Amino acid sequence: MKILVCISHVPDTTAKINFTAGGAALDPNGVQFVINPYDEFGLTKALHLKEKHGGQVTVVTYGDASVEATLRKALAIGADDAVRIDGIPSDPMQVAGELAAYAKGQGFDLIICGQESIDYNGGIVPGALAAILDLPYVNACIGLEVNGRNAELLREIDGGKEQITTLLPVVIGGKKGLVEESELRIPNMRGIMTARSKPLAVTALSGSPALTSANSFTKPAAKAAVQLIDSSNLDELVRRLHEEAKVI
Amino acid sequence: MVLIFAETWNGAFKKSTFEAVQYGAACAQAQNSEAVAVVLGPCTPPVESLGAHGASKVIHLHGSERFEPSSFAQALSDIARELHVSQIVLSGTSNGKSLAGVLAATSGAAAISNVTALPSSYSPLTVERSAFSSKGIEQCASTAACTVLVLIPNALGLKPGSEATAAFEDRQINWTPKSQVGEAQVASGKIPLPEAERVVSAGRGMKAAENWNLVEELAAVLNAGTACSKPVSDIGWRPHSEHVGQTGIQINPQLYIAIGISGAIQHLAGVSGSKTIVVINNDPDAPFFKAADYGIVGDAFDVLPRLTAAFKAHLN
Repeated sequence: MKILVCISHVPDTTAKINFTAGGAALDPNGVQFVINPYDEFGLTKALHLKEKHGGQVTVVTYGDASVEATLRKALAIGADDAVRIDGIPSDPMQVAGELAAYAKGQGFDLIICGQESIDYNGGIVPGALAAILDLPYVNACIGLEVNGRNAELLREIDGGKEQITTLLPVVIGGKKGLVEESELRIPNMRGIMTARSKPLAVTALSGSPALTSANSFTKPAAKAAVQLIDSSNLDELVRRLHEEAKVI
Repeated sequence: MVLIFAETWNGAFKKSTFEAVQYGAACAQAQNSEAVAVVLGPCTPPVESLGAHGASKVIHLHGSERFEPSSFAQALSDIARELHVSQIVLSGTSNGKSLAGVLAATSGAAAISNVTALPSSYSPLTVERSAFSSKGIEQCASTAACTVLVLIPNALGLKPGSEATAAFEDRQINWTPKSQVGEAQVASGKIPLPEAERVVSAGRGMKAAENWNLVEELAAVLNAGTACSKPVSDIGWRPHSEHVGQTGIQINPQLYIAIGISGAIQHLAGVSGSKTIVVINNDPDAPFFKAADYGIVGDAFDVLPRLTAAFKAHLN
């Protein structure tokens, strides 16, 4: 099986988010970057499938040289090779277009994305990528088994889940459930050493246009201090929820 | 022209569908245009009832039974081209999110998701969206002729509908699904979390799975959905489908009540879109109190039954 895992390089969940002067962009100072958590579930699933069916796992991301540390981490976890599309992404349709330009004609049986990235929270790229490549798309994918050319998938829906079957190749937007958190792999020393010699190719942009742009970023207004209510006076909480917050 | 994906589940409109229609109608009005809603597949209520939320016309496409992103995107895209629409509005439900990227690519449109407000400008289209797991607010502008706008469910609020009805048209079309949708399992009698206006959620402070009746009794009185923290779903006290947080489900209810949840940043990432947060915890230093609007320091087993009774008395 030839599997492509699309990876985002994102601020760690616990990072304090600040923006540069005038709110032009994310301020990367002091921010630790990681593999997007949704993508990490997908990468681990790809490795499981490779162990079961054989094949090759390629990771790809779109970014400048600063994202290579994240690709090396994916190689250390077990991907076979990595590709960096050289540019600075600013729009989901542009990202989908560039990923599609790279993936087209490469014969991938399976393209795994995270259902969204935890930085811009767009959730647009995986579906757009599938449509550009004219492939089926399964979002919020929490289960995937492959038998020959058939894929059986589980998708989370509002309040439940549903079964989906399709032929490979397929593009998925994955999340926890593809594998469990306990199955995620931490790179070991041997992995880190071998990652250094695995191929990391850099490809030029195909020229996919950005259709949106961020005018500015701001931080939400700081939340007012919590109003503590004595646990012996629960009617007071109910009153405030009714009269102040107007939610009941 | 503004197009709206009027999502149905089991042949009925979802509440988020009315929100999307209301949003699309407001966009249309601001541009002296019209809002056209598209219903795909079986629908029991009369489709013209979407006029109550501002649709001037409803196109009902027949022939499909179940949601499938490729075929739904193709059907909507065909109508978007025919009507030269400038915005396509979806609610960010699980189906809306599945559809958004596929639809944008199929229609040659731009896409802006996580939308939290009406556009501040229509030329160029500029709209506020949430980013960085609610830690940032982005003003996003589109340069495309058509833009798919994906709303955060519950973020905009639903105004009461009018008596108006919309014009409607039935069409039979050929569907071209790329995957086969099989059996769905949905917990019966439960309010799906992403659309719940009120959510009661509990963590390890509940001590054991069998104590959840206290949580469910409070939820029942409030007509709320029930949720849990990640550790609770990891131990198996509650199903994964109730896990709210970064790797679980993201919710934006009007009222979120968290019991015995410490408030890890991964949890907050999934719930900080809630309008009002009430935290009940016996540890006064629990970090969740910093993100809460109202807090009660107390033991869940003491507070919960009395709180249920207090809400019951108020709501009666």
